[in-house]
Amino acid sequence: MSSAPAIANPRDSYKRQKSTRSNFELYGWVFMRASGAVLLVLVFGHLFVNLMVGDGVNAIDFAFVGGKWTSPFWQVWDLLMLWLAMIHGTNGVRTIINDYAERPMVRLWLKISLYVAFVVVTVLGTLVVFTFEPCPVGSPADLLPSICFD
Amino acid sequence: MPSAPAGTLYRGREGMWSWVAHRVTGVLIFFFLLVHVLDTALVRVSPEAYNAVIGTYQTPVMGLGEAGLVAAIVFHAFNGIRIILVDFWAKGPKYQRVMLWVVLGLFVVTMAGFLPRHLMHVFGGN
Repeated sequence: MSSAPAIANPRDSYKRQKSTRSNFELYGWVFMRASGAVLLVLVFGHLFVNLMVGDGVNAIDFAFVGGKWTSPFWQVWDLLMLWLAMIHGTNGVRTIINDYAERPMVRLWLKISLYVAFVVVTVLGTLVVFTFEPCPVGSPADLLPSICFD
Repeated sequence: MPSAPAGTLYRGREGMWSWVAHRVTGVLIFFFLLVHVLDTALVRVSPEAYNAVIGTYQTPVMGLGEAGLVAAIVFHAFNGIRIILVDFWAKGPKYQRVMLWVVLGLFVVTMAGFLPRHLMHVFGGN
């Protein structure tokens, strides 16, 4: 004889059924707002120094980048901007994939591509900032930043 | 008769269109970011390789592209602040519509400061 299903106590308070095991989406939501506010300062500063000051975009060359990255200030600035922008952008595109890609295999492959791009670009960018050589041996002197001749 | 198809969640007006613009500009900026890290990585190849590629950023066509990129970034940044205010400021939802017009006003002012100078660099021959 099968027992009848248990009837819930009518005095029990309502308990919300959790659909996820973690607060990942909550932290993602907070991160988008916190990183967005920081990125506004970092990106506006980046655009001002590279496109507005002096000759703007025409002044950008190897010597210009070399001059910036010999200063720890700009190394930290660009590194922070790289990481925050990559995580912020990857999480944004992840949200868009979740919203519009409905077939499971399409979702899976779009997300795999996204995460591969994230790892490759973030690791490459980090290595470039940390291993940058402003005065490579054997390069023409007129292409190098002035600090190479001090 | 409802003017929108039955059952749609899309409400139109300032709320929806700012959300659409935020997504479109966000995706554009993200794909440029991927390319921009790769082109900057050429400083590890050689000064000549980096200068050759960055030289293409200084052509008129790319110069207009940079103007569009900056416009996308400026809108995304200011509308992002609006989203933060809608979420965390008690009166944010009430003023979300007004705040979009403030965002667009700040956008016009910022671009008015940036565009003439950038276009001068791009088309003024240095």
